[in-house]
Amino acid sequence: MNTTDPLTHTDRRGFFKTTALAGGGFLLGSWLPENAAAQEAAAAAFSPSVFIRISPQGAVTLFAKTPEIGQGVKTSLPMIVAEELEVDWEKVTVEQAPIDPRFGGQTAGGSTTIPNNYDRLRRLGAVARTMLVTAAANIWQVPADECAAAHGVVKHAKSRRQLSYGELAEAASKLPVPDEKSVKLKDPADFKILGRRIAGVDNPKIVTGEPLFGIDQKPPGMVYAAYVRCPVFTGKVKEADLEALKKSPGVSDAFVIEGGGDHYGLVPGIAIIGDSTWSVFKAKKSLKATWDDGGHGGESSAGQEKKALEAIKGKAAKEIRRDGVLGDFPADLRSLDSVYYYPHLAHANMEPQNCTAVFKDGKLEMWVPTQNPGSGIESVAKALNIPKESITVHLTRIGGGFGRRLMVDYMLECAEIARRLDGKPVKVTWDREQDFQHDYYRSGGWHHLRASVDEAGKIAAWADHFITYGLNSDDRPGNGADVGGNELPAGFVPNFLLERTILPSNVPLGYWRAPGSCAIAWAFQSFIDELAHAAKRDPLEFKLDLLGPDREVTPPGGKGRPYNTMRMKRALKLAAEMAGWGKKMPEGSGQGIAFHFSHAGYVAVVAEVSVSAKGVLKVEKLTAGVDVGPILNLSGAENQVEGSMLDGLSAAWFQEVLIADGRVQNTGFADYPLLRISDAPKVEAHFFKSDFPPTGLGEPALPPTAPAVCNAIFAATGKRVRKLPLSKENLSQA
Amino acid sequence: MKTYTLMVNGKQLEASVAEDTPLLWVLRDTLGLVGTKFGCGAGQCGACTIHLNGKAMRSCLLPVSAVGEAKITTIEGLAESAKLVPLQQAWCDLDVAQCGYCQAGQIMSAAALLAEKPKPTDADIDAAMQGNLCRCNTYKRIRQAIHAAAAR
Repeated sequence: MNTTDPLTHTDRRGFFKTTALAGGGFLLGSWLPENAAAQEAAAAAFSPSVFIRISPQGAVTLFAKTPEIGQGVKTSLPMIVAEELEVDWEKVTVEQAPIDPRFGGQTAGGSTTIPNNYDRLRRLGAVARTMLVTAAANIWQVPADECAAAHGVVKHAKSRRQLSYGELAEAASKLPVPDEKSVKLKDPADFKILGRRIAGVDNPKIVTGEPLFGIDQKPPGMVYAAYVRCPVFTGKVKEADLEALKKSPGVSDAFVIEGGGDHYGLVPGIAIIGDSTWSVFKAKKSLKATWDDGGHGGESSAGQEKKALEAIKGKAAKEIRRDGVLGDFPADLRSLDSVYYYPHLAHANMEPQNCTAVFKDGKLEMWVPTQNPGSGIESVAKALNIPKESITVHLTRIGGGFGRRLMVDYMLECAEIARRLDGKPVKVTWDREQDFQHDYYRSGGWHHLRASVDEAGKIAAWADHFITYGLNSDDRPGNGADVGGNELPAGFVPNFLLERTILPSNVPLGYWRAPGSCAIAWAFQSFIDELAHAAKRDPLEFKLDLLGPDREVTPPGGKGRPYNTMRMKRALKLAAEMAGWGKKMPEGSGQGIAFHFSHAGYVAVVAEVSVSAKGVLKVEKLTAGVDVGPILNLSGAENQVEGSMLDGLSAAWFQEVLIADGRVQNTGFADYPLLRISDAPKVEAHFFKSDFPPTGLGEPALPPTAPAVCNAIFAATGKRVRKLPLSKENLSQA
Repeated sequence: MKTYTLMVNGKQLEASVAEDTPLLWVLRDTLGLVGTKFGCGAGQCGACTIHLNGKAMRSCLLPVSAVGEAKITTIEGLAESAKLVPLQQAWCDLDVAQCGYCQAGQIMSAAALLAEKPKPTDADIDAAMQGNLCRCNTYKRIRQAIHAAAAR
């Protein structure tokens, strides 16, 4: 297995050639090296689509189209092509695709890469295989259906003849490309690659420290930059002592960037340019500046909490969904009234935000760890007032996405700095404090939940007054800060009400891992557990009963994904079975269960915890039951589910972004802890491999984890956690 | 600015840098050894872990002026030949990495652990590795890979 690293993309820029052949929209796309001999060799290569190239020497190169943020698509996407192409995985070379419209969408987000590309990539692999078989049949003058392809070779069994893909490359490249829809796909029962454990294609480079990541890039002559924004979001520079900055050792320049008031655009600040990251980081610390905070310097988490608790007492601003008739929720034992609160979260990518760029002769070349290259190019083109075609983005491997790198703010500031430094390459690197203080946060929020259980022990009515944040708005929820009206139990209980009130805030919000679901699942699945206990029913049995008979529950008006209750119930049963649900637990220990449907994936998690008399929590084990259809790469799939569960635990246990004086107070991993190996429980991922189309695994195992843990804490201690993070809760029995 | 002669991965390398420059930035910006990663600059995450005379050390807090003649090993120099050391091989085989950014630091901490305790227990691993954060939470496989390398 070979891969190329991002730096070499520079050399190949501009050599991506397209030839539209008459009569079929045949795209010949291949990286053509500069020298003539190599060009000739590449010209004879077989490339029926931009995703595939087979050289006359038999080298098979497959291009992975979307950003690799740790979700494994640089490995799993080419696996899909290789399967249908009938080549040995071990002989395939994988390259990160260039940013090019011919690859289709190139955004990594929403666990969409696999569902959006599975069928298409299978077909493109099959197109290439079909053409290679046709080429061989033509040479041998035999019917194509007497020939078969396997292991990179086409064979004609009757005459015992065979030709390798390399030998067939030139002949195949002269054939018309058949319609994608017309080619025959393999029977999944015959899969040789998909479903196996395949290790990540970049592993050998990761373990030897090769320059894969954005922060590792260094075009010749590069200088280093730091960028200082107002600690209050979008505050403007009033005064800055640029002369003092310029005298700082190693610093060559410093200037103010005006920027604008758009939290997601080019944010105002001060650029410091120098000869090393350390020079500019040090100068940054000495910066003397005053800021115009735009009147936003008074916001605080405590102040917002007061407003939220006031709002809960009053009337909600807006009704989102109402089904049936809501009773008065009589205050008997079977009616519950709880307020759940979860805080803002940061993305905390291990690789801090960074971007490298050079602006020369009106053209901008960038090296970027971004989940969203298309949006980045568009935004930069607008900001710099240059055509999109003048921008080349080299996508690097990404040291963690989690939704942070869907935003392109750091690309915009680097592009603007590069423009000012005309001709000189520059890398902007954020320090850790800045990374925490200028994020797009997972919104905190409150759910005032009321519900009652009827005589039969079923949920009769459910009402939620949801309090969330809007970006300086009281009628538009911030990015990732809303709850749709179709989240279970909507559609599963006869009487349902969802109302919403939005608190204006100047803190920019964004998409975190499993946006929306990461918070909703905790509140709803915890409260459903409360109701199960109020009904004196086993939580698993109560939850299966809530899901009801096997069917698809379609949101009103038919908009949104249908909810397949059969799939969720079997995920629940699988998790329960593998975790030994209901087994006798020692004193101070307990099991909890939760489920959630998000990103088209059905996941249930069982948590086992113990809590000491002094209230010290130990999470012993997390077991997931998952139905996302067939599993393409078992190694990657397990890693995603196990990592997602621990990520959900890490956030719920330790993490909270706090605002005071209009700014984020967290500065690093000391006051925003991540889970450490010593606290990491055992994790197990179990898959129900169904025949539904495969869907993504980057996110759906995260949402059910926090409620499973909190439900287990209740089972162990009788204490219901209604406020996160867990580390601030008193779980002691005193 | 001062010129330092550093012993990095068995080679003498010169760097002209400010005396307070952390070794991390000398490695990354001056010497071009970018396998050692910047995570926090405060010794809180372990991404910058290197070996100083065989001991695991956070290079982000270590000023270059304090290195002296100590032998520096980075992830690039862990394997002395093109062949991966058992830890690196185990990391590949067990497919530990997700985003991969922290893994150089994880491997350097694990290598220092194995040098001291060739057959570590889970408790030894917890103690040696808890300064290395993994945002993707690949801790299960990190543990498995250390045990696998120890068994070779």
